Amino acid sequence: MSGGLDRRWIYLAMMLAVALPILWNGVTGKTFPESPTPPSQACFDAIEALPEGSRVLVSFDYDPASEGELAPMATSFMRHLMHKRLKPVVIALWPLGPTKAEETISNVIKADFPDRVSGRDFVNLGFQTGNEGVLKVIGTDFRKQFPVDRSGTPVDRLPIMEGITKAGDFPLVITISAGYPGGKEWVQYVSSSNPGLVLLAGVTGVQASQVYSYYPGQLRGMLAAIKGAAEYEALVSAAIDGDGVTPPRYTEARRRMAPQLFGHLLLIALIVAGNAMYFAQRERKAVAS
Amino acid sequence: MSRSVALLICLVGGLTMLVSPFLPMATGWANDVTDWFNILAAMAFVLGGGSLLKVQLMRLSARGPGWGYSAVTLLAFVVTLWVGLGKVGVVADPSAPTVAWSGKPDDEGSAFWWIYLYVMTPITSTLFAVLAFYVASAAFRAFRAKNLEATLLLATAFVILLGRTFAGVVLTGWLPDWASGLRLENLAVTIMDVFNTAGNRAIIIGIALGVASTGIRLMLGLDRSYLGGDA
Amino acid sequence: MVLGADASFLNPDKLLLLVVLAATCACIVASMMAARAGRVPKIRRIAGLEAVEEAVGRATEMGRPILFVPGIQDMDNPMTVAGITVLSRVAGTAAQYDATLDVPVSRSLVMQAARESVQAAALQAGQPDWYDPERIRYITDEQFGYAAYAAGAMARDKPAACFYMGCFFAESLILAENGNAVGAIQIAGTAETAQLPFFVASCDYTLIGEEFFAASAYLSGAPDQLGTLRGQDIAKALIALALAAGVAMATIEAFSPATVTDPAAEVAP
Repeated sequence: MSGGLDRRWIYLAMMLAVALPILWNGVTGKTFPESPTPPSQACFDAIEALPEGSRVLVSFDYDPASEGELAPMATSFMRHLMHKRLKPVVIALWPLGPTKAEETISNVIKADFPDRVSGRDFVNLGFQTGNEGVLKVIGTDFRKQFPVDRSGTPVDRLPIMEGITKAGDFPLVITISAGYPGGKEWVQYVSSSNPGLVLLAGVTGVQASQVYSYYPGQLRGMLAAIKGAAEYEALVSAAIDGDGVTPPRYTEARRRMAPQLFGHLLLIALIVAGNAMYFAQRERKAVAS
Repeated sequence: MSRSVALLICLVGGLTMLVSPFLPMATGWANDVTDWFNILAAMAFVLGGGSLLKVQLMRLSARGPGWGYSAVTLLAFVVTLWVGLGKVGVVADPSAPTVAWSGKPDDEGSAFWWIYLYVMTPITSTLFAVLAFYVASAAFRAFRAKNLEATLLLATAFVILLGRTFAGVVLTGWLPDWASGLRLENLAVTIMDVFNTAGNRAIIIGIALGVASTGIRLMLGLDRSYLGGDA
Repeated sequence: MVLGADASFLNPDKLLLLVVLAATCACIVASMMAARAGRVPKIRRIAGLEAVEEAVGRATEMGRPILFVPGIQDMDNPMTVAGITVLSRVAGTAAQYDATLDVPVSRSLVMQAARESVQAAALQAGQPDWYDPERIRYITDEQFGYAAYAAGAMARDKPAACFYMGCFFAESLILAENGNAVGAIQIAGTAETAQLPFFVASCDYTLIGEEFFAASAYLSGAPDQLGTLRGQDIAKALIALALAAGVAMATIEAFSPATVTDPAAEVAP
């Protein structure tokens, strides 16, 4: 029982509140319009401000568990970087991060930008164990932690890595993170040691309240949860597709806003119902006494 | 004697990490300390794996309640270990096409990759998604307008819940530009940016001081509970 | 000897941080020495720690086990160390009452530290036979694999008391809601600010941030450890003063004639 109501009813209601809008999305293909909030707009502007050919460090700090919230962010970031002809250098602080990165590279770069060459226009350097220890080291010696790319090629032989010796050599760093190590650690160990470096973070809803503390100082922009992802996705779609049709794989975040809306409405209804029961019970007690 | 050595290692390791941000020459030492910890943690995994096997085998042989779960755990452990270490189904790397084991264990097409994609990914995604159900039941039970503070908390929750969806735009989108700060989506940002950030920063400062104090107690050997206390 | 910033001995970008760190450490060490000299500070009651005995007693009366979760991070995380400290107290009380204590862990090193701590607590309680190393067991490093085990264990064993002391992430609510569902008395402690709301909503007592780190000093009652808490408070007061000064200076700068620009002048060529 949960406050006088069998919690299984709550679970059933939540399942319906999420599942029905997903079905509605699937049938109609419609999404809600999004207007960007300042943290999402800041992410878009930071990437727009970079000159063509700039190298961007992108860290995939999540695993399949938080994929629902973070994969749409990764897709939008990668699409935006490719469209601007920027060069992502991908790393991961989570063991399953490189696989997520490969999926994003496959879905975005290999599908829509087949002319881009691994090692020259982008590269996946894989995972390195050590959590914040990795961040401390790449602050002074990037190649010590990432000596080869994921296929085993030494980074010294990769054109994209020319002149890169430390994290501060990248004009922009993006972390897509689900927890530890993630946005907080990037701020503490990389952003604070490199005052000129621009750091962007895409974080889960649970992490957002914590990471907000660093915005807009140490963190230039942030995508907070699926709402932030949807806002940024809309900005990127408007910049690339204009009034044309956006391929469905680039609308993933916006398609999740309908289940989010009904989930939130259900939460409000549950809170109101819980309070109604609470006050009714209190009144009964008062009458009885 | 062994406790004194442990305390000395704690003191030296702690001091190295403490001074490394300030002394460039100590950066390498701090990296070494981190590496040592990672090596120790990796070696300790053998202990963990041994504990897991021992406990599950004991349950299985005793055939007590839930022994079936132990069987599933052991089967999953052994199979994953075997396909990972044995590189089952791994495609040879193009640089060494004649060497069967030259590919990586998690390359596409390998048995390990299959387990990751079709077993681990759906299970972990499902468990993360279960949070939505728990949030709903916790919200129903915990959000009660018992007093002024609780009522303010409740009202804030409503603003965030509505402001983070299209409902906010529908409900308050009609407000003129000069009152745009009162639109729910903007109010939600203000709450997160101002009130949430202020509270979080205060807690973070307290935590940082707590960590500093705990660190000093550990380095000086005042707090030895992690070593089994003074016994 | 004070070296110049250009001597490359000292990182010039970190000088301010070094000053803050030195001041904080000085406050803590000075307060610790003052406490040793007899000026022991009074510590307010921390309800979550006071409730340990009540929770263990309840489990004993009901004949049900106690579940202790020391977070999902390794021993290099200070929250895990703080969690092990609380475990030591819980284990000591459980040994006195002869209650069953289960400690599933997600890191091998934590398992070893927890075993040391619990064994020592049992010895101190005069119950060496109570200690059973198999009850402190490794489950998995995988976050949700561990959460699934703990949730399953709660459903099967129906613990009367659940302790969550350490570093937690998304699994916090899974643990706390399952504990709530089986009617356990729940006490949590963490410094992960993102997880605090979940614990506050689902647990009976929550140690928030620095309260959690104060647990070791609070439980030991040792004067020098209690002294460090006063040092923390002095450092906090200094930080508050610095913040107030910074806010005042930024406000004055924002309204000073040199900063406030005339919009008309900006438009004019």
